Amino acid sequence: MAQVLSPLPGTFYMKPSPEAALYKNPGDPVAVGDTIGLIEVMKTFIEVKAEFAGTFSAYLAVDGVPVTAGQALAELVV
Amino acid sequence: MSIERLFIANRGEIAVRIIRAAKELGITTIQAYSEGDADMLAVKLADESVCIGPAKATESYLNINGVVAAAIEKSADAVHPGYGFLSESPEFARAIEQAGIKFVGPSADTIERMGDKVAARQAAEAAGVPVVPGSKGRIESVDEAVEVAAKVGYPVMVKAAAGGGGKGIRIAENEDELRTLAPQAQQEAAAAFGDGGLYVERSVKSPRHIEVQIVGDGKKAVHFYERECSLQRRRQKVWEEAGADCLDDQTRENLCMAAVALAESVNYRGAGTLEYLYEESTNEFFFIEMNTRIQVEHPVTEMITGFDLVQEMIRVCGGESLSVSQDQVKKSGHAIEVRLNAEDPFMQFLPWPGKVERLKIPEGEGIRFDHFMYEGYQIPPFYDSLIGKLIVHGKDRTDAISKMATALESLEINGLKTTVPLHKALAKDPGVASGDFHTQWLEPWLEAGNLTPENT
Repeated sequence: MAQVLSPLPGTFYMKPSPEAALYKNPGDPVAVGDTIGLIEVMKTFIEVKAEFAGTFSAYLAVDGVPVTAGQALAELVV
Repeated sequence: MSIERLFIANRGEIAVRIIRAAKELGITTIQAYSEGDADMLAVKLADESVCIGPAKATESYLNINGVVAAAIEKSADAVHPGYGFLSESPEFARAIEQAGIKFVGPSADTIERMGDKVAARQAAEAAGVPVVPGSKGRIESVDEAVEVAAKVGYPVMVKAAAGGGGKGIRIAENEDELRTLAPQAQQEAAAAFGDGGLYVERSVKSPRHIEVQIVGDGKKAVHFYERECSLQRRRQKVWEEAGADCLDDQTRENLCMAAVALAESVNYRGAGTLEYLYEESTNEFFFIEMNTRIQVEHPVTEMITGFDLVQEMIRVCGGESLSVSQDQVKKSGHAIEVRLNAEDPFMQFLPWPGKVERLKIPEGEGIRFDHFMYEGYQIPPFYDSLIGKLIVHGKDRTDAISKMATALESLEINGLKTTVPLHKALAKDPGVASGDFHTQWLEPWLEAGNLTPENT
């Protein structure tokens, strides 16, 4: 198991826009550099990318809710 | 009846500014805050405070029903909206009015009218304020475009009537060019929007951003001279000045009196700003829009005129007449404000919401620092990155720039990255010193690598 951590404090989103599908669903393959979610920090959106390859397991943070820097956002099976 | 209990529906440095102004008027202050802002300076300074919801702005500062309910619950008799958030929402102003509470700003109807581009342009034209001349509506043929261009004067900008995203925009210097470019623009517009209709207007060359500060009491209005805010990045003002040294006295007088005429023609109440594009090569100015609120850069105007604009807007919105007549508004010297953002200017201005570890504020004659920080304060990541504004007042523009350079040297904000290095570089730049810039100057200056750790 490996965790994707938030690089910055802000608000976490698991979709590129409210109408869009989730970036990843359980069982999806994940390559290094794949976007897992977005962090909105000071009105700027920053993509959070996977640093490991593996299989997506689950989101650990809630969509649209504040997160702290270093907080676990998602879990992968590597 | 004048205002006794003022509810502040905003945050950050402007909330602090409003509290200070209200306290000097002897008004009780009630600060609204989100769960993400419980420890902000305005909450500590206000007489009372009330939580209006989660950190997310749409569920707190932008939630009309929630804010109105909190103002009613706290028995506020007036609401100050600050800038941004709900300050220019006619729905919010109307809800406040309907709750029997005074809105520190113009009426909901005025906000609505001036917020509509077409209606604002019509109001400006009716008051004799110049707007960018162009075709009355869409045009279909090249001959029609040539006819309009002859009337408004070259160069002209041709754009898709269905428009957006820069598609179909061409600039023609003369009729020959227009006859070549208009059909291209038409084709591009047809391809992009399925509509070949065009719109033609005068192209304003190297526009400078000039704006005029006004305050009205619903009957009369006065101006507090102009500001220049041409140094912009991504359409955000970065460095602002009062006055605009590029204007001659007659142009300045015309610009300011046009602003008063427009404000009076809409029975304007509160503080407002008319924004213009100024074309230096022809000495012409054109109205672009009116902001129906106090602006971030209002301190430079306060520095050169000596008036407290926030106090004045609170008084007139409480029902008083203007405390000042036009002949009492005099200006002296030159003022500059720089916006300090929690961003890393060496990393594409990446937001940097850190914790303020040490704060040393420059002091001295003609130096002002409007902000909401204190040592140990964690800048929340949920809102915009403005953390403070450094303002200086000098005897002239050269003196003000040199004062700004000195003040920036003695400012210390440790624990986070800020745009202070950008302002240090600008204060040393010969282009800034000569005043030879316009709204499209700063971005190419940054792209050309003028900002380096060595020149700050």
